[in-house]
Amino acid sequence: MSLPDGVERRPFDGHDGPWRLWDAGRSKLGATLELGLDTGLVGGESVLYLGAASGTTVSHVADFCGPTYAVEFAPRPARDLVDVAAGRPNLVPLLKDARTPETYAHVVESDIDVVVQDVATRGQARVAVRNRQFLREGGHLLAAIKARSEDVTREPAAVFEDVLDELRGAYRIVETARLDRFHDDHLAVVARPRTTD
Amino acid sequence: MTDASADAGWFRGLDPGDEDAVRNAIEHGSADAPADWPALAVAAGFADDEDDYYDALHDATVNATREAVRERERADDQQLKYSVRAMDDADRTANELAERVAEWAGALFDDAGTGVGGAREVAAREPATAAEERVVSLATRVADLADEAADCRAFVERTAPAVAPNLSRMAGPTLAARLIALAGGLGELAKKPSGTVQVLGAEDALFAHLAGRAPSPKHGVIYTHDYVRNTRPEDRGSAARALAGKLVIAARIDHYAGDLREGIHEELDERMATIRARADP
Repeated sequence: MSLPDGVERRPFDGHDGPWRLWDAGRSKLGATLELGLDTGLVGGESVLYLGAASGTTVSHVADFCGPTYAVEFAPRPARDLVDVAAGRPNLVPLLKDARTPETYAHVVESDIDVVVQDVATRGQARVAVRNRQFLREGGHLLAAIKARSEDVTREPAAVFEDVLDELRGAYRIVETARLDRFHDDHLAVVARPRTTD
Repeated sequence: MTDASADAGWFRGLDPGDEDAVRNAIEHGSADAPADWPALAVAAGFADDEDDYYDALHDATVNATREAVRERERADDQQLKYSVRAMDDADRTANELAERVAEWAGALFDDAGTGVGGAREVAAREPATAAEERVVSLATRVADLADEAADCRAFVERTAPAVAPNLSRMAGPTLAARLIALAGGLGELAKKPSGTVQVLGAEDALFAHLAGRAPSPKHGVIYTHDYVRNTRPEDRGSAARALAGKLVIAARIDHYAGDLREGIHEELDERMATIRARADP
């Protein structure tokens, strides 16, 4: 398992020195890295982050990546996201709905290396499929799928199967792992865009 | 990339110094597909090089997003949401601290009362000892918090009828504000099915039901409405269903039209009369 440049494991012995704690229990991408999935993140990538919320995880991403576009739909968390972005020249905050990429395609560049998705809405697979247009060939989709957002009554495993099936229309699934150790009823998905030609 | 896509970039025809135009382009612009915007912006002369472009992009989006957030949050239904939540917080905290005051003051004074009223009496005392000074001071906070809650309530009662005239008329301003707060906004409430509105505020019971552990909840916060609470228990499900249906229609009129319509209020009154008539032998 490899961590991106600038991200390292440390003994947790208080907090001093020029580093910040990235909590796998609070960040689904953090948990994905902690579980050792091959995320394709090595540092310096361009990133489109869907569902940035108040910017906790995306601030870590921006610290080791290149241009980082952060899309968040709800105004209240976006207020904090803007504050996080103000001090990071490579972090671009956008108050947009990840379900309608045409409303930010005029800002977000093409051939993005990594799309990170953490949206708690029904139709998470559809969001990933619609945003595939931003990914370069050979890029990575890193999604945290929340079973309860799709259907609270069904077994998470069954929900995940359906979501993965829908994803397979546009992506090749590389790896999946349940995040339950850190986040209940979440599935981490690493996928790469299907080459059409 | 085609010329058509180059035309669609947010920076097209913009003067980087014109903040309003930049903000408008970020917020309301669109494109069918992304393109290599950094290179296109440099080619179009918008930026000197890619670093320059990213600087401009960062400034533009931070500004535009901050303004857009401010605008969305300043909307009146959002103010209503914050104020009704603040009212509930202040009420709850005042009551909680009043219990502490009652317990403490009871140890110091013979005639200490309970609740917020008791705390107000304690707050009016002249403390004689250091301990009394503390309990009187704490009681003063309780009185202040209770006053704050009352002010919030007054604000809610003044604002709700302006934000949602039909919903406030039907549910009363406080319940109207609670429903808006639970849904997240008037627009969000207007988009909910009536079955959801019927059980807003009863999420624990609803999820227990969906997990198969409990019967379905008949009502959430709309329980506080006279039409639900004062209908006999056998008919409360019907009453809650009828009320929720009309509340959603009221919220939709308020969100999409905004005028006060008598018709739906009369329809609800008639329907409730029918339901309540079942109780008559």
